[in-house]
Amino acid sequence: MSVLAYGVVAWLFLFGIYGVVTSRNLVHLVVCLSVAQSATDILLLEIGYRTGGHAPVFVSLSAHPGPAVDPVMQALALTDVVVGAAVTALLLALAVQVHKRAGTLDPDALRATRE
Amino acid sequence: MSRRARLVLFTAAAAALAVTLGAGLAGLPSFGGQITSYARILNELAPRQRHVTDVVSAITFDYRGIDTLFEEFILLGAVAGISVLLRPLSDETRQLPQDKAPDRTIPPPSPAVWLLAVLLSSLLVLTGLETITHGTLTPGGGFQGGVILASAIYVVFLGTNYATVERFQPAPLLEASDGVGASGYVFIGLLGLLAGASFLSNVVGLGVTGNPISGGTIPLLNLVVGVEVAGGFVILASEFLDQTAVIRTRRR
Repeated sequence: MSVLAYGVVAWLFLFGIYGVVTSRNLVHLVVCLSVAQSATDILLLEIGYRTGGHAPVFVSLSAHPGPAVDPVMQALALTDVVVGAAVTALLLALAVQVHKRAGTLDPDALRATRE
Repeated sequence: MSRRARLVLFTAAAAALAVTLGAGLAGLPSFGGQITSYARILNELAPRQRHVTDVVSAITFDYRGIDTLFEEFILLGAVAGISVLLRPLSDETRQLPQDKAPDRTIPPPSPAVWLLAVLLSSLLVLTGLETITHGTLTPGGGFQGGVILASAIYVVFLGTNYATVERFQPAPLLEASDGVGASGYVFIGLLGLLAGASFLSNVVGLGVTGNPISGGTIPLLNLVVGVEVAGGFVILASEFLDQTAVIRTRRR
C-alpha cells in the first residue's frame, strides 16, 4: 500500500517535469508545472493520513468514530495550493505578454527573438 | 540545445531524481500508520484551547498564523505583479468593445443560459459566504470561500457579456478590498500587542464551541482573508478578460 501511495507522488512529479521539459506551448508548460506541484499536495496529505482516520473536524463525532488524520499537513497543503495558484497565474500573465511580443507560445521558437 | 539532447539530459537527471526520491520516500513512515505527536497534541488541544471544531483552521490562523500572514502577502504580491504585467503597454490602448454593425438583429440570449447563470452565480456567492463564515466549524475558511466567491464573476461572464461583467468589477473597490484584506490581517495581529500579549495572539473572547462566532480571532482572520482573496481573484479575472476584450494594439 505504501509503495502505491508514495509511487503516485514520484510518478506525478517526474511526469510533470517531463511535460515541462518537452513542452511546445507555454500554457501547456504552466499546466505541466501545476501537475508536478500537485505531487507535493498529495505527499503532504499522504504523510498525514491514518488508516480509518476521519477529517480533523470535531463535529458529530458519534457518526465518525476513530482517530483524526494529521491537521498540520492539511494546513500546509492549503498553503501549497494558494502559492501554486499564485505562481500559475503569474506564469500565465507572462505567457500572455510573451505571445504579444514574440507572436508565438513555443518555447523553442522564442530563441530566434533573442538578440 | 536540440530537443533530442534535452530529452537525453532529462532522462539521465530524472533517473537520478527517481532513485533519490524513491530512497527518500522509502524512509517515510508507512502509509496510514502513525501521525506525528505534534498533530496528535493539536487534535486533542485545539478544540478545548481555541473553542473551534475545525482544527485545520485553528492551525492556519492561530498556531501557525504568522505563516498565513506571509502566504497572504505572497498572494497580494502575485496579484500586484499580474496587474503590472497585464497593464496596457506603451503601444496599446484601452478601448471598450464596440458593435461595428449596430443595425443588424442580434438573437437574444437563451433564457435557459440566463437562468442558469443567475442560479449558479447566486449559489456560488451563497456558498462562498457560507464557507468563509463557517471556517471555524467545518472545512473551509477565507481562502477557499474567497475563491468560490470570486468564481461567480466567471459565471456572469459566461452567461452574459463583457459589458455586464464590467459592472461587477469596480476597480477601486476591488483594489481597496485586496489591500484592506491584507492589512486587516496585520491589524488583527496588532490586537495581540495592544492586549499586552505577542503578535497574532488570540486575545478576543473565544465564545462557545460550535457557535458560528467562536474561536476569537480565527473567524475575524477568516473574514479579512476572504475579502482579500475574493478581491484578488476578481482582479485576476478582470485583468485576463481585459486582455482579450479591452486592450488593443494602437494603430500606427
